[in-house]
Amino acid sequence: MDLRYTPEEIAFREELRGIFRTKIPAEIRRKVSDGHHLTRDEIATAHRALHAEGLATPNWPLAWGGKDWTPVQRYIYNEEVLANAVPMPLSFNVAMVGPVIANFGSEEQKKKFLPGTASLDIWWAQGFSEPGAGSDLASLKTSARREGEHYIVNGQKTWTTLGQYADWIFLLVRTDPAAKKQQGISFLLVDMKTPGITVRPIITIDGAHEVNEVFFDEVKVPAENLVGEENKGWDYAKFLLSNERSNIARIGFSKEKLAMVKSRARETPAGDGTLWDDADFRRRVAIAEIEMKALEITQMRVVAGQKNRASDKPDPNSSILKIKGSELQQMATELMLTVAGPYAAAMPAHSHNEPPVGPDWAEGVAPQFFNYRKVSIYGGSNEIQRNIIAKAFLGL
Amino acid sequence: MDFDLTEEQRLLKESVDRLIADSYGDFEKRRHHQDNPRGYSPVLWAQYAELGLLGLPFSEEQGGFGGGPVETMIVMEALGRGLALEPYLASIVLGGGFLRLGGREELIGDVVGGTATLAFAQIERQSRNDLHDVATTARRTEAGWVLEGAKSLVLHGDSATHLIVSARNAGARRDRAGISLFLVPADAAGLSRRGYATQDGLRAAEVLLEKVALPPEALIGAEGEGLPLMERVVDIALAALCAEAVGAMEALHELTLDYLKQRKQFGTTIGSFQAVQHRAADMLVALEQARSMTMYAAMMAENPDPALRRPALAAAKALVNRSAELIGKEAIQLHGGIAMTMEYKAGHYFKRLTMLINQFGETDEHIRVVAEAGGLPAAA
Repeated sequence: MDLRYTPEEIAFREELRGIFRTKIPAEIRRKVSDGHHLTRDEIATAHRALHAEGLATPNWPLAWGGKDWTPVQRYIYNEEVLANAVPMPLSFNVAMVGPVIANFGSEEQKKKFLPGTASLDIWWAQGFSEPGAGSDLASLKTSARREGEHYIVNGQKTWTTLGQYADWIFLLVRTDPAAKKQQGISFLLVDMKTPGITVRPIITIDGAHEVNEVFFDEVKVPAENLVGEENKGWDYAKFLLSNERSNIARIGFSKEKLAMVKSRARETPAGDGTLWDDADFRRRVAIAEIEMKALEITQMRVVAGQKNRASDKPDPNSSILKIKGSELQQMATELMLTVAGPYAAAMPAHSHNEPPVGPDWAEGVAPQFFNYRKVSIYGGSNEIQRNIIAKAFLGL
Repeated sequence: MDFDLTEEQRLLKESVDRLIADSYGDFEKRRHHQDNPRGYSPVLWAQYAELGLLGLPFSEEQGGFGGGPVETMIVMEALGRGLALEPYLASIVLGGGFLRLGGREELIGDVVGGTATLAFAQIERQSRNDLHDVATTARRTEAGWVLEGAKSLVLHGDSATHLIVSARNAGARRDRAGISLFLVPADAAGLSRRGYATQDGLRAAEVLLEKVALPPEALIGAEGEGLPLMERVVDIALAALCAEAVGAMEALHELTLDYLKQRKQFGTTIGSFQAVQHRAADMLVALEQARSMTMYAAMMAENPDPALRRPALAAAKALVNRSAELIGKEAIQLHGGIAMTMEYKAGHYFKRLTMLINQFGETDEHIRVVAEAGGLPAAA
């Protein structure tokens, strides 16, 4: 048993760090670090910079621009992207639809979509959740009926993140209304410019336009845009979600945020000194760091265990990573709220075209705290994760 | 990065697991061992020696088997699962730690053979868990040393053949400097002790030192520099305690799950209720986090640099404590009334975990160590 990284792994980490810190514009990393949302152009700039270095799609098959990395290297990559406040390459493209097309799509679909998906010339949105299908995703109702060489799609998707920028959307649709829940679902690729699609913004409690509702009214989709087999969509969705879960703990985010909490606290006046001199505050930071260390090792156990696992199935420990990882991200954003103190109340300066009221980093703190309540809800809520643990693991 | 056990470690785990299952699998056996005047079974202790467990942490030159913190972790986890009564922590981890790191090799042979057992006499009426709070005095004389004072809650102190005693040769009661350590035969003139059972079914002793005259060679390490050595050895013991807790938590979680699958109310097993399921799931999360932190503790335990080691071990114990508290309390609650009985095993795990939480620093003290260090060392 040896919990240390090998010299090769340390060199790999240093190499990535060097690239991230030189190739991704500093203003973008600063915005991420301060908890601000990025513009469409900023997301694209960062994604394309990573793509130019061959670092946007490491988890894809080698033939389509992936990397032959070990599980440890993949983990280091995920952690370093977040720890250096680099915007993750657009996850809908690289973590979700890309691997699905590469594994289950036709040769034509691969050629048509994969290069643009990797380079972000095609911007994808995810069309899974519906108003009546959240944690119970398989109860989705959006339908696709076959008419000749087309599917006709009707229904509504929601929580469509960055859907306002999307060129294409991948959908879970019900193609067999008679089949039981998980059966009868198909995976469909839809051009957002198709007539009958309406995108409406949802403004979240942080004041941001990050997610949308997407309506489909008799939308005509060529049958060739079906991925894999009809009524097998749930299998592809499960594959997609297992990829999503490999980085579910987002330890790099919490690490970066806690480092920021400490450095901001050292420069924040409080009492006769700084906030960092406050024993109660430091105690809270210490608890967060202790939890983070434990989570980091749990994550490394999962990563190291991958070499002993027969298939690509996710480690059942991923539910533990989801619960603890989300709690820790929320704890970190909460600590930042304490650091900002009264200045957390200030609205972002750009919203009223006036100079910032407090320190410029403080205005993004409360919105991010509000926004991060989402992490214990999405990707299978923490309650769903507890159900999974109880059933799949504890045999209850 | 590698979490696999070596072939030798796997064999060690198999043999210690088997020994503990045989000697503690039936809970009645534990009560039987407890009835021995020593509070544990000398026969079983001899089996520990035969299996080589007592020589694990000592180097081969010292007559041991050259094991490290991972080997100790394997043994302590098994002892935790079995709620074992033997003085492995007191005699081998703590006592043995002082012998090997303090350069006192002459006694190692007897400790490895199981004929000598050690106990660490550190706590005093006022000291709580502060290692540097020492009122017991050591006065230099022409013939050597004279110790004077009282030690409390000395784990397995009633049956030990030798005590390792912290005493002050200089400075004020809470000074970090001026503390020395002494190897004291339990039958030394002027040393008296009173043994008793503790809440978790183990044994401890009050030790009175009245003009205990010792030869010069009773001193362990350098005069007045006992504290850094105590901190090193206690950190190794913290890693061992974390492992014992993981073993106990794992067993208690399993016991709870078995009960949830078998106990019926309202016409169905209580494990089918979601309110119960989520709590059992949280117990697993707490257990796995504790397991991770115990591995971290094992990795850092023998690090000679206190600036790296101390916050790491404090962090490990703090997290394991929090997990132990949650798992212990939830196990009782989820079992219901049955766990309130002395007859049933769950309550005994709960009691051991509760006492373990307070051994060598409770949760708040350890969090404070991490906070004062400004966080954890960056390098894993």
